[in-house]
Order: sequence, then structure tokens, then C-alpha cells
Amino acid sequence: MTAQLVFKRPRYLKKTVFHYCPGCGHSIIHRLVAEVIEELGIGEITIGVPPAGCAVLAYDYFDVDMGEAPHGRGPAVATGIKRMLPDRIVFSYQGDGDIAAIGTAETIHAANRGENITVIFVNNSCYGMTGGQMAPTTVVGQESTTTPGGRDIKRDGAPIDLSEMLALARGSVYIERTSVNSIKNIVKTKKALTKAFKIQMSGLGFSLVEILSPCPTNWKLSPLDSCKWIDETITQTFPLKVIKDETIKTEL
Amino acid sequence: MNDKVLMRGTHIIGETAVRSGCRFYAGYPITPQNELTEYMAGAIAKLKDGTFIQAESEIAAVNMVIGASMAGARAMTSSSSPGISLKQEGISFLAAQELPAVIVNSMRGGPGLGNIAPTQGDYFQATRGGGHGDYRCIVLAPAYSQELADITRRAFEYADRFTTPVMILIDGMMGQMMEPVVFPEPIDPRELPPKSWVLDGAKGRPSRIIKSLILDVVKEEEHNWKLYRKYENIKKEIQEAETYLTEDAKLVVIAYGTAARIAKGAIKRVRDIGLKVGLLRPLSLWPFPRRILDDTSRFVKEFLVYEMNTGQMVEDVELALKRSSEIHFYGRPGGIVSTPDEIAKVITSLYYRRHLEED
Repeated sequence: MTAQLVFKRPRYLKKTVFHYCPGCGHSIIHRLVAEVIEELGIGEITIGVPPAGCAVLAYDYFDVDMGEAPHGRGPAVATGIKRMLPDRIVFSYQGDGDIAAIGTAETIHAANRGENITVIFVNNSCYGMTGGQMAPTTVVGQESTTTPGGRDIKRDGAPIDLSEMLALARGSVYIERTSVNSIKNIVKTKKALTKAFKIQMSGLGFSLVEILSPCPTNWKLSPLDSCKWIDETITQTFPLKVIKDETIKTEL
Repeated sequence: MNDKVLMRGTHIIGETAVRSGCRFYAGYPITPQNELTEYMAGAIAKLKDGTFIQAESEIAAVNMVIGASMAGARAMTSSSSPGISLKQEGISFLAAQELPAVIVNSMRGGPGLGNIAPTQGDYFQATRGGGHGDYRCIVLAPAYSQELADITRRAFEYADRFTTPVMILIDGMMGQMMEPVVFPEPIDPRELPPKSWVLDGAKGRPSRIIKSLILDVVKEEEHNWKLYRKYENIKKEIQEAETYLTEDAKLVVIAYGTAARIAKGAIKRVRDIGLKVGLLRPLSLWPFPRRILDDTSRFVKEFLVYEMNTGQMVEDVELALKRSSEIHFYGRPGGIVSTPDEIAKVITSLYYRRHLEED
């Protein structure tokens, strides 16, 4: 029997060891994005915009042109790039604090303008890089370093449904929430990412995939328990679903 | 040949920007500079290859400029004092990521919301970096309409040449004033020299990164020294100032922008009564034209710094001339625009303290 290659490094991931913690979802999501870029044949026309936060070093991993944005400003930087190079593929890669707190305005307005960009929104329900503070997406009751005793709606406010808010924006075309906490969900996430990039390639407008991603380090859970916790707790606040899809009648 | 046209200051900047190959503008409404944003909306709409965006915020506008600059475009944003404060994060990133961009600040009364009257209260902010980190912006201060055109053209050239943000400092008076101007020839941005660092997709070349995060302190130190060397080079290359009636002067007024125009009017008045007074008008505020100050201080030992603030540029003058000269200051903050007569009185009272008997 001859050996058959069944798994390899995607073309658009550099040969660099990830700095991400064990069990962190970023590594899986990076791989999925790189696979999608390769499969769609857009690696030579893609420009990525990494955020401030855990994924700030994304430019060390993706082997495509990458331009760093200030914290939360990814959609504005991506807008500038895309408007000057409309035939390129531009994506921003953002965490929950980046996209749903400090960069809320940039995100909502980019979606509302219908910027033809793809946003990858990694929701791990905390500020990971800074040590596990409350994020806008921290769920009620969740412990964080700034919500001792758990997030309390009266004191801390409720978690923000950013994707649902963005679905109201007239310029958004496709918004789906997925997760990478199981094989099944990883496959679904890849499908969603493929669709989001295809929408941009077809020039239809703003596409976003929100990905629930485990953060075992700050959740103080094992990687496996983190995956379970997404199913049992986070999806109660942030259910996995297609939130908006205007492409149903369009051939991609 | 280009004809002379009559135009207001903000429109002159806009028209020159487009003629200089600027193909991206993002801005947010704030007085006094809205006419520039509006002009860019109209002018870029006429182009096939340009983008105008009315941004949701000053912060978004400057970050869109970052993106457009990464994509290789000549890009500009503009605002007025409070809005420029908001843009400082982006300006710091432009400096750190070594991206060219032009930022126009039409200074207004402050601090806080202040008012919309002409002032020069943002000198420190403009010339000391403004945002966080150890960087400088090239800062150019025109005083005449023709200079608005010439300086706007130069601003884009400097930004590209030194891959750094360039700020043009004006105020509402200069923005509104209409004077004749001859525009420079239009440039087709496709004919500009290619930039070796642009993010346009890694086709047939290794992928590129534009970033400012440098966690390794040794590398970050080197990045800072690299910027420092660039700034030292800029200091050598850019030293711009006008001198007016300084040859025989016993007292020289140092002022820039609108204040310099007022000072010129005052100097004409005191010259009429025989006072030997001249003007030194910095056009580049950073780099501060120290060489021209040094040259002047070889034969003039008394200076009056006039600013539309409580004293900011005077610190740069003191750094340059304290050892050799006597330096006076007169300033009115808050949007007060002195008349030439008022400045003439200040000049006269200073002048007679020392020079009455000699003359």
C-alpha cells in the first residue's frame, strides 16, 4: 500500500508555531481561514487585517498580505484598503472586545455601508490577551477578573448581541454564528467562512462569521470542558444559527 | 499655462490634493473645515479612481486613511482641533507603520470644545507628535492662498518620500479667505513612483506585513532609532521659513500662519514711522527652521514671538535663540484675532525701550 497524503499545512499558513494557548480556538480558525483562501484560489489577492488582542500576531501566521489595525478599527482600515483595491479580497479578523466594545462604531457603520469585506469575529467571551477581563460578550454569571462573583446584569450590563445588531444594518448580506468546539461545528464554520468569502468575491457586500471559540486559560477549564461549556452555557446566550442571509436567491 | 483663479482656502487645499494624486479622502463634519470635506466629496465624485467617505467618526476617518495608504493611495483626512485629538491614535499608527498620509488641522479655540474662531492652540500637539510614542509629524503652516496650494503639493511629496504623516496647520480664517491662486499641474497617481511596501496581494512575491507591534524590546528600540534617523534626515532636508525686511532689522517678529500675516501688517505700519523691524515666518513648524533662526540671530539680537495662543512656539524659539538673543512674547488665545495696529503697538513699545536713542 502506498502512503497517501491526507492532511497538510495549508498553503497560506506560514511555517510558524502558533503562540496560542493549548485548546484555544484561534489555531483552528486560522487553519480554516487559510484552507478557505487556498480552496477559493484567492491567496494572491487577499489582504488581511488583524486586530489588537490575542490574534494580533495573525500576520505572523497567514501567508498573505497583512496590515495591522489599531484596536477595534479593523473594519475602517479594511474599508480603506478595499475601496482603493476593489478587486482584492479583504478580511478583518477580530476578537469580541475589539469588534463589540472599542470598535462597535466602526463595525456597525462598515456593515451599514455594505462594505464588500469579510469580518471574522472570534467570540471567546473574555479579553484573552489582557488576562481574562469581562468582554462585551461575557455571559451573565460568567466569572472574569473584572466580574468577581460573575457578570451581574445590574452592575455590568447584559452581554451584547452584536451579530444580531449587525443583521439590522441594511448593508449586511450574510451573518452566521458558528463554533469550533466540535468536529461538526468546525465543518460548519468552514462552510460559513467559504460562503462569507464567496459573497465578497461576488461583490454582494458585508459578510461576517461569528465564531464561538474556547479560551481554556481564562475560563480556567480544560480544553475539553471548555468545548462542553460552549454547548452548555455560551450557546444559551449566543445560539448557533444563520442570523441573516440575503443570498438565498443569489447564485454564488 | 495655468490661470489664476479666486478660491477660498479650504477649496484650494482640496483642489491641490486632487491635483497631487490624492485619491482617497475620509472626513467627519466639524467647523471650521467643512468646506474642505465638501469640496473633496464633489471633486472625487468627478474621478473614476477616487473614493470619498463621510466617516462615522474622526477615528474611523483616519483609520480608513491608514487602509488606503496601505493600499498605496495618496490619502488625506482633515478636521479641526477636537477632531484632530481623536485622530491622534491613527496618526501615531501612521508614524509607527511608516505610512504616508496628509492630515489638515484647521485649528479652533480650545481646550475642550472651545469655539470655532482662529487660534494656534494646537502647536504643541502638532509638533510634539500629538499621539502616544516617540514620533514626530512633519508640520507645515501656510499663510497665503498660493502657499496653501504649494504646501499641499509638498505635503503629499514629503509624505511619500519620508513615508510619514504630514500635517498642514491652518485656521478658519485661512480656510475661508479668498485669494488668487495658480494651481500646480495635475498628477496622474498611476505615474507616481511605485511603492515597494504596498499591500495589494502577494502575487508573485512574498507576502508583506505592515504593523507596529514589536514585542521584542531590542527590535522596538531599533525601530525607534530607525524613526529617529529618519526624523534627523527630515530635519536636514526640511527647514522652511520666509524672512521679510530682516536685513537691517533691530527687532524681528517671529510668527506663523494667520499671526504672521497680522505681524506683517504691523511691521509695514512701524516701518512707516522708521522702526527697523522685520519678520521671520516659519513655514515648517516641525522641523522647526532653526538654521534660518540661527542665521538671523547673527545680526539681530532681539525677537518678539507673536502667537494666537498663550505661548507655544516661543519654546522652540527659546531653544534655538536663548543663548544669543533676547526673546519677548505676545499672544492672545481663545480665538482673539489681533489687529495689525494692536501688534504694531506691542512692537513699538518694545522697540523704543532699547532703540529710541540710537535712532
